[in-house]
Amino acid sequence: MASLVSHPDEVKVVSKRFGMGATNIDRYCELDGYTALQKALEMQPDAIINEVKNSGLRGRGGAGFNTGLKWSFVPKQSAKPKYILCNGDESEPGTCKDRLIFEHDPHAVIEGVVIAGLAVGAHAGYIYVRGEYRYLLEIMQKAIDGAYARGFVGKNVLGSGYNFDVYWHGGAGAYEVGEESALMESLEGKRGIPRIRPPFPAVVGLWGGPTVINNVETLASVPHIINGGAEWFAKLGTPKNGGTRLFCLSGHLNRPGVYELPMGYNLKKMIYDVGGGIPNGRKLKAVVPGGSSCPLLTADEIDLPMDFDSLAKAGSMLGSGGLVAVDDTTCMVKFALRIMKFYRHESCGWCIPCREGTDWLEKTLKRFHSGGGIEKDIDNIQYLSENMLGRTFCPLGDAAALPTISIVKKFRKEFEDHLEGRPCPFEEHLVSV
Amino acid sequence: MPDVNITVDGKKVTAPTGTLLIEACKTAGIEVPSFCYYPNLSLQGACRMCLVRVEKMPKLQTACTTVITEGMVVATDNDEIHQARKSMVELLLGNHPLDCPVCDAGGECELQDMTFSYGAAESKFIDIKNHREEQQWSPVVYFDRPRCILCYRCVRVCGEGMDVWALGVQNRGVSSIIAPNLEDHLNCEECGMCIDICPVGALTSGAYRYKTRPWEMNHVGTTCTHCGDGCKTTLGVRRSDTGMEIVRGDNRDKSGINGDFLCIKGRYAFDFANHEDRLTQPLIRKNGRLTPSTWEEAFQLIGKKFAEVRDKDGGEAIGVIGSTRTTNEENYLLQKFARVVLRTNNIDHHRTADFPAFAAVLSGKPESTATMRDVFNAPAILLIGNNPTDQHPLLAWQIRNNVRLHGARLYVVNSEPIKLRRQATIFSQIPEGAEARVAAFLGGDDSVLDALVTANSNRESWTGLRETLRGERNLVIIFGSEIRGDAVSVLMKFGGAIGAKFVCLGDYANSRGAADMGLYPDLLPGYQAVAQSGKFHEGWGDIPNAPGLNLPAMLERAKAGKLKALHVVGANPVGRLGLNPGDFSQTFVVVQDMFLTETAAIADVVLPAANAYEKSGTFTNTCGDLQIIKKAGEVTSVKSDFEMIVRIADAAGFDVSKLVPFSRGSRADMGQSRGAQSGEADQHRVWLEANGLEPKMSPFDPMAILDEIQRLVPGYDVSRINLLAGNDQHTSLSNSGRGAAHDANLIVPANNDLFSSGTLGRYSRTLNSVLENHHKNPAEAEVAAD
Repeated sequence: MASLVSHPDEVKVVSKRFGMGATNIDRYCELDGYTALQKALEMQPDAIINEVKNSGLRGRGGAGFNTGLKWSFVPKQSAKPKYILCNGDESEPGTCKDRLIFEHDPHAVIEGVVIAGLAVGAHAGYIYVRGEYRYLLEIMQKAIDGAYARGFVGKNVLGSGYNFDVYWHGGAGAYEVGEESALMESLEGKRGIPRIRPPFPAVVGLWGGPTVINNVETLASVPHIINGGAEWFAKLGTPKNGGTRLFCLSGHLNRPGVYELPMGYNLKKMIYDVGGGIPNGRKLKAVVPGGSSCPLLTADEIDLPMDFDSLAKAGSMLGSGGLVAVDDTTCMVKFALRIMKFYRHESCGWCIPCREGTDWLEKTLKRFHSGGGIEKDIDNIQYLSENMLGRTFCPLGDAAALPTISIVKKFRKEFEDHLEGRPCPFEEHLVSV
Repeated sequence: MPDVNITVDGKKVTAPTGTLLIEACKTAGIEVPSFCYYPNLSLQGACRMCLVRVEKMPKLQTACTTVITEGMVVATDNDEIHQARKSMVELLLGNHPLDCPVCDAGGECELQDMTFSYGAAESKFIDIKNHREEQQWSPVVYFDRPRCILCYRCVRVCGEGMDVWALGVQNRGVSSIIAPNLEDHLNCEECGMCIDICPVGALTSGAYRYKTRPWEMNHVGTTCTHCGDGCKTTLGVRRSDTGMEIVRGDNRDKSGINGDFLCIKGRYAFDFANHEDRLTQPLIRKNGRLTPSTWEEAFQLIGKKFAEVRDKDGGEAIGVIGSTRTTNEENYLLQKFARVVLRTNNIDHHRTADFPAFAAVLSGKPESTATMRDVFNAPAILLIGNNPTDQHPLLAWQIRNNVRLHGARLYVVNSEPIKLRRQATIFSQIPEGAEARVAAFLGGDDSVLDALVTANSNRESWTGLRETLRGERNLVIIFGSEIRGDAVSVLMKFGGAIGAKFVCLGDYANSRGAADMGLYPDLLPGYQAVAQSGKFHEGWGDIPNAPGLNLPAMLERAKAGKLKALHVVGANPVGRLGLNPGDFSQTFVVVQDMFLTETAAIADVVLPAANAYEKSGTFTNTCGDLQIIKKAGEVTSVKSDFEMIVRIADAAGFDVSKLVPFSRGSRADMGQSRGAQSGEADQHRVWLEANGLEPKMSPFDPMAILDEIQRLVPGYDVSRINLLAGNDQHTSLSNSGRGAAHDANLIVPANNDLFSSGTLGRYSRTLNSVLENHHKNPAEAEVAAD
């Protein structure tokens, strides 16, 4: 179990039950658990959808799509069963928030799934848990069993006449499966490869039925919106960026950890205040603002609010809320290599640009970093990344290309310092220290 | 469906709703490149070569997955798109071995073509390519792993097209690799579809690999001669010391009835032609031993002997057995030779289907036979008996893909759980041998119902099936040899009432042609009774009127010492029926064949025959589709059966111009040499002129007999120009003779499976080498040999 951190600026909504023993269903109920479900059972499905829409809740998995709007795309009538699919395949490097929700507040996820089911008229929900999070499965199973035993899920939910089943499904260890259509393939027992879209999951999803796919944090926010109201939730954040967000602070920081802060919280403050600044008096060199697939920001680009729109304006992304601070002892070539190594390993191999592109980028960066680089390589790395960007079957290619392009553009000099057979200047530095 | 208007590169394009952009572009003559897109297979969007710019879309879109919408404006080629495609090719070439100089696909490789088109000739990479060892998956399928570009065509054609699902993908990312179902080798139908569909040289053929460069071959479009389906195939032919060698069979010409399809036999089993046991010179029995002779000696001996028997003992002392793998022209010629030259109706062949009963029902009715193409397009199909996956692989492909692509309803009635049940809307398993009862039940006879009920059917399910079938419009009814005799007419009466079309399944490549051409003791070409006077009697002059002996009766007569001569062309009755060689001690036996079969081994004279790759003519498939056979090349030391028959007639002292209508004829005799009565016009000449055809100038030209077939055989008056162009031309039985009711026991199905094909299969190394070809009892395979 990860130890918890806290900061006075935190606004605890999704994390309000962290560390309070809420895995126990009685304790969860004491802490207002399943009250939102009772409320939702009294509401019309459209009213639930409108409430969520008006709250400004945007997908916490990374894409930031308005959740209520996504639900509204599900057809009212469907010949095939509808499903709720909770995306817990949290794999974006730098992101570690969903595991805390599973670990500390699993019932909030279940409650969110059932409410989503009520909203769209589904009768089954799947909670997909990342393969590497095996230790969470037991917690989930226990929580689901508890919810069944207390009538929060199953036949005739709380005497309402409404049936809803909840299952967990463990992944097999693939970053790609975090992509929603690959997630469905995986859940159906196939190779984790994305589907051609359209059709979108809201119309044709799991086993061909309309399916709502939401991130763990998104669904865990839903009960709070039902209880607190759309207006209250929206006001916690900035316009169009409702609510709070679990920010995962890692890298070269004095106080790394997961903090729940309002949307739009200043990034600089997040690093130097919440995260406690850079250790050992070193300087900040770069920031990964929202998981490894975001373009990096340099130290002088970070005075901005952390919301979806501001980050987009700054040429990066809020992504999954995984903030990684990089200090001045870090070799950016090596950093690019590490990122590419990850994406090469995780590419599903379906399409040419991602499969071959990540391979050649890794090969080139590896050689380059170990002193075998030639000047042409720098342009080639940029060329390959730019030719992957926007042309792959799913966004994984973009995820590999974006940080790489930003590193080459913003830290080109560090690449040049590796030329002519010179050893990595940063490793030399480390050795001499 | 309403049409949708779009603009592609400034051109207005109109296509039906639901059309994919890549296809809409094609109709406008704009080619959008792709590797993974393949018509009629599921969409992948994997190769990213078909990226195009669609207005109002933020990113480039794949034309292969984009469905056109009204008003869509598309650019398919500009700098941005060209660069995107170029970079895809660059990336593919990165790990590609670039061993084009030795690659089978070199010269006909889509990756080469794309590189040529997009100019990705200069490599940006200096790091080491990923490499993996080549694998042999079966005797016929090799996989050169580094060459693979992962377009997944092979995986899809195997699964979706063949319903075999033997290929899949292992690992992920750049380690992704196509893999066979048994770890390092295949267990499948060995059709080789994966090889043909591979855009590069990753999947290569065991028969062809490293044998030649594509441009060193002649490509001959012909028809496969292994089963009754008649797939169009393209032979890759090289010169060799014996004249020519076939090194490849593929289906690059997708215009045929088989579209993309060929099975293992069509793709590889031409290798019997080069078998070392091939007969290469005539053999005459001298002092009890078959001894090489000259052609002249052999023909003189046969001609003399046949004439002697005919003149001394009468034509009824001679028997003729024809073939199911010789051309229509040869079959027609053979029965004409028997009747006109040998003066006997003792002619028969190995029957595998009751075509005379089939013709009897259809005679005088509106055309209602289904073509092989109909089987792919019919909204509903009823299949009774047979196992097309094994016995009619193309037919199975047509049925399977009709269900997959057009949603056809398939009703299967079979005593075995055949593979096609997987596509069936309704599968009814029946007790063995109950097919005729099914026909009776469908025809309204409920008394047989109890005999049809099995563990997984009841009276209601059968009644329900009959009702469902009665409600089907445009049903195609396909039946195997289990339905014969009366059952044929009962079943067809049921089908006729609902406007169904029919296919009667016969086993060998030209079983239908042999039947149509009159290889029957009681039937002339076109199922006309020998006793009935008509065009043939008029054209051929005096021929015996009484029906001759059928095959078993001829053999009985031989055993009794009363059949003095037997002429066997491309058949192996001794092997097939397990006859005692001693039965023929009193018979002068002549055999024309490729190999020293059991029958050839007891012959007095053996003539080495050309096979269907070595001669020209036509074949009729089991559906009645007439197709051309093209000679792949000249082969020394063998002759076509056609030429041999003509030479024997000549040696017997017969005026061959009365057998084969060749030469311009002499005006003086007004064509009497062709049998016309004095003073009458030469009907053949009149017909030729009416059809804009020239007389043929050689007695060995099978086209001369084709002229006569088209003139005289009902239903064969198809378009000559289409036939010669290689198009399938459907023949009709509407105007045929009345057929005949034959003893049902005369029909003995060949029971060839995917890996056997009578004599041809016995001598095919490829067919015998694949692991899936388990003939537990070798004798069993030989019984089927024909």
